[in-house]
Amino acid sequence: MVPPVSVLVCVKRVPDITEEIVLSEDGQSVDGRRSGFTMSAHEECAVELAVQAAGTGGGEATVLTIGDAEAVEQLRNALAVGCTAATHVVGEPFSFGPADVAREIAAVVRAHGEEGRAHDLVLLGNDAADTGDFQVGIRLAYELGRPVVNGASMVEIDGDHVVAVGEGPAGQETYRVPLPAVVTIREGGVEPRYPSVPGRLKAKKIPIEERQPVGEPKGGGRVRMTLPPPTPSAVQILGEGPEAAPAVVDVLEKLGVLSPGKAAQ
Amino acid sequence: MADVPGSARCVVIGAGIVGNSLVHHLARLGWRDIVQLDQGPLPNPGGSTGHASNFIFLTDHSREITDLTMDSVAQYQEMGVFTRCGGFEVARTEERMEELRRRMSSAKAWGIEGELVTPEFVQEKVPFLDKDQIIGAFWQPGVGVVDSLRAGTLMRERALESGALTTVPNVEVVGLDVEDGRIRRVRTDKGDIEAEYVVIACGVWSPKIGDMAGVSIPLTPAVHQMISVGPCPQLAEHEGEITFPIVRDMDTFCYERQHGADMEVGSYAHRAILMEPEDIPTIEQSKLSPTELPFTEDDFDTQLEQAYELMPELLGADGAEIRYAINGLLSLTCDGSPILGESHVKGLWTAAAVWIKEGPGVGRAVAEWMTHGFSEIDVANSDIARFHEHQKRREHTRLRTTESFIKTYGIIHPAEQYESDRNQRLSPMYDSQQKLGAFFYETAGWERPHWYESNAGLLEQYGDAVMPREHEWDSRWWSPIINAEHLRMREAAGVIDLTAFQLFDIEGAGALDSVQRTCVAQCDVAVGKVIYTPVLDANGGFRSDLTVMRLGDDHFRVVTGGAHGPADRQWFADHLVGDAVLTDRTDEISTIGLWGPRARDILASLTDADVSHEGFPMLSCREITVNDATVLASRISYVGELGWELYVSFDDAAALWEALLETGDRYGTVPVGIGVYGTTGRIEKGYRAYGYELDAERTIIEAGMQRPKVKAADFVGRERYLAQREEAPKTVLCTLTVDDHTSSSGQKRYMLGGEPILTRDGGTLTDGHGHHPYVTTAGSAPSLGKHVLLAYLPPEQAVIGTELAVSYMEELYPVTVGSVDATPLFDPNNERMR
Repeated sequence: MVPPVSVLVCVKRVPDITEEIVLSEDGQSVDGRRSGFTMSAHEECAVELAVQAAGTGGGEATVLTIGDAEAVEQLRNALAVGCTAATHVVGEPFSFGPADVAREIAAVVRAHGEEGRAHDLVLLGNDAADTGDFQVGIRLAYELGRPVVNGASMVEIDGDHVVAVGEGPAGQETYRVPLPAVVTIREGGVEPRYPSVPGRLKAKKIPIEERQPVGEPKGGGRVRMTLPPPTPSAVQILGEGPEAAPAVVDVLEKLGVLSPGKAAQ
Repeated sequence: MADVPGSARCVVIGAGIVGNSLVHHLARLGWRDIVQLDQGPLPNPGGSTGHASNFIFLTDHSREITDLTMDSVAQYQEMGVFTRCGGFEVARTEERMEELRRRMSSAKAWGIEGELVTPEFVQEKVPFLDKDQIIGAFWQPGVGVVDSLRAGTLMRERALESGALTTVPNVEVVGLDVEDGRIRRVRTDKGDIEAEYVVIACGVWSPKIGDMAGVSIPLTPAVHQMISVGPCPQLAEHEGEITFPIVRDMDTFCYERQHGADMEVGSYAHRAILMEPEDIPTIEQSKLSPTELPFTEDDFDTQLEQAYELMPELLGADGAEIRYAINGLLSLTCDGSPILGESHVKGLWTAAAVWIKEGPGVGRAVAEWMTHGFSEIDVANSDIARFHEHQKRREHTRLRTTESFIKTYGIIHPAEQYESDRNQRLSPMYDSQQKLGAFFYETAGWERPHWYESNAGLLEQYGDAVMPREHEWDSRWWSPIINAEHLRMREAAGVIDLTAFQLFDIEGAGALDSVQRTCVAQCDVAVGKVIYTPVLDANGGFRSDLTVMRLGDDHFRVVTGGAHGPADRQWFADHLVGDAVLTDRTDEISTIGLWGPRARDILASLTDADVSHEGFPMLSCREITVNDATVLASRISYVGELGWELYVSFDDAAALWEALLETGDRYGTVPVGIGVYGTTGRIEKGYRAYGYELDAERTIIEAGMQRPKVKAADFVGRERYLAQREEAPKTVLCTLTVDDHTSSSGQKRYMLGGEPILTRDGGTLTDGHGHHPYVTTAGSAPSLGKHVLLAYLPPEQAVIGTELAVSYMEELYPVTVGSVDATPLFDPNNERMR
């Protein structure tokens, strides 16, 4: 029997950058008006892992974001796929640098601890899809004085420890660190679920805890972002007619759209 | 991949369901050298066709839309891409149930199989639906789903195989060149194409392309939200795309449509989310496609709950997830009809604002129209020429579609008026009419009094003769004051504001030939004569009916209804002969009607001119001075009374109006609204109206409007008209009276138009065209004390005294044929007009 565990998973509302990226005029952010908004793929996996970790022992998965009113959409999305509580630190997201974000998350973790709902595990995305700073997880662990594992794609609770598995430069790396801990997640280890209809309806009814930032944000010091020159599109003709089918299957397998076994079914 | 050719006979812009259907039908009709362009790749270039839910319900209250849908279904079936699954429109409320009875009526009128069924019947076919949520349903077994992308590909390939077509995908249109009022060239990012004909068939992008040629295509891209939930085990266990009937949950404005193992839930319940065509993302910027925008969840919350309520076990099944959710773009117009036909730029055609259910039918109709000048299905309500200037503004489209979007599944009364963007055109008498408590309807942007509250005092005087209506639906957008005004007009006189008439002058050498060529009636008459005439298309169907005044040897004035005015003006402009010039006078000349037994007394007291029967005979016109203003008076009547239409400059109109009311008051005259002019006065006299009794699918013979002789001069449709005169009519326009109005509940009911005419015991009637009779106009005939219906009947039933029935809200009411030609029921010898 696994004891109930409380996981805090941190997400950020970011523009959906799957297609052509458009920058805001000041070069400080990605313009998401046409692409729509989402949470980063790493964070979607972090949410899934948080829900699984909490679910196995009847624990709690709390989702947290720092952002404006629109960021509530990302909190609801996380609630719809199984998170059980949500915290919204209200602020203009672009004014918060990585150190500011780490400080605010730490404040929430401490506050929740004082309110009797301490988080055993804090999960974050490895880096955000829009800014890609790679800093918050480590800064947060430092603030809280907790161990941190970076770039894991799987986590599992093992008693009072967390086992985190990720891909390192030389192969798979497995870490086992004591709780409470911080782990940053890279996508690839789990398949994030879509919300169900009852899940979505339930998510609408869960109250969201609103908190004000504890400090004045100092920002990240970013001067501006620029887009790389567009990669010339390379078209490769795989063949024509039925003869081309095996080549197409190869490509689809390489992309992970098809798994080798399934193609034959 | 094909390059952009340097020239083409016809360029079709767009490779969605409409463009593909169009190239197929053009090729079938013998067109060659067609080039089809699309900015996107094939077979799914990224427009609305690519994300359509692809189901087809057959019944619409509009005959035109239903006919286009039925033709489309036949074409989809022929291509083998139609899967019949049946469909329910379910009702959660009694009000909706009544609307479903009305839809059932339309189905009967248009010949569509259907029945009203119980919740148990629905649940038997859709076991995962909670029957306790509904009280009944309208079942149409012929409903189905199509593969619209496959259909498009098949049609395009047929045209390609015939050698008629070159298709070039991934090419962007950057300009349209117009020279001397004709389209000359399509400019693209891959080269220019010289072209005789160009068709804009690119859906939500059409306004942007139209602007390149100065042509307004007033549609707006609008969001329709849809989610797909699955896999649902109840669906997954069945093979194929669809096993269960589609459910339209009418009261929540949602539908549930099976798609393999998924259930698609679509909604028209959210706020109208509109977009400008210029703001649609490019293909490169789009995650899915330019018309599949990011889903906005908040807008869908309520619908999700309602859908879950209706199908809890299915949508809440283990493992069923919301796997796909989009804000899909589709096209909406200010009046809900498509935008088809040739623009004011010659050779530049449009086929836009068309949904999957009408696509192939529209393709065929537009191709026929481009080839022959007419189409088998009359698409006059979709003609791009219908738009008035105020309707061409994007703001108007935005406001009207915002108002109408929520009514997509709404219960819309046939006389319902729009609330937004009103007061576009005000007659000089508007202030006076407001003071008189006018209830305004909108026609062609004009505010027209339908009746006047100032006449409410007449109700007591006439008592039950005003034929009050007990049922709220029958009396909505109606007032017994209309009938009181009618009775007072017949007793004394009425003054009617007709400013909404569209007026245009045809002048110069060639003026006579121009009107002769366009009108059926002899227009080579003495100056000062008034001519009432049908206008036909080349197939001998009605384009219009209107009056023409000969004001000089080379000067004619055409007067037609406001609603259809722009299309008539376009038609005359397209048929000008020689140096004739057309000038629109609508916004400078107001028209006031004065009719009734005291009309002559009133006019005589305001003029020194001879207005006696001999001095001012019927169907004559001349300028006279009335109330110190120059007035063109025309002795004609659409209400069957002695009187005149008085044409007066806008500057003098209000004073003339006041003078007529003031002087008329001494004779018991009142202001009378369009409720009398357009309905009660007209139908007592059996006068036909374009758009109701008269359309391109009807002939002069069927409408009972033939004259003994046909003029020698040639006119459009003459050949067909001569042939029609030799044939026995396949259907005959009749006037019927309702014998008993009492419903099963004891309440008296009054039909409003569109209802099927059946045998006394409810049997189906079919005319020589294979059509079923339906009521083209319904209204009170207060002077007869009857409710009167006009309908085309099979020749066997078109006999005075034939006893039939009208079905209203699924109950039968006895009716009797009263007239089988243009002979009026009221004053059959027209003695009152002398």
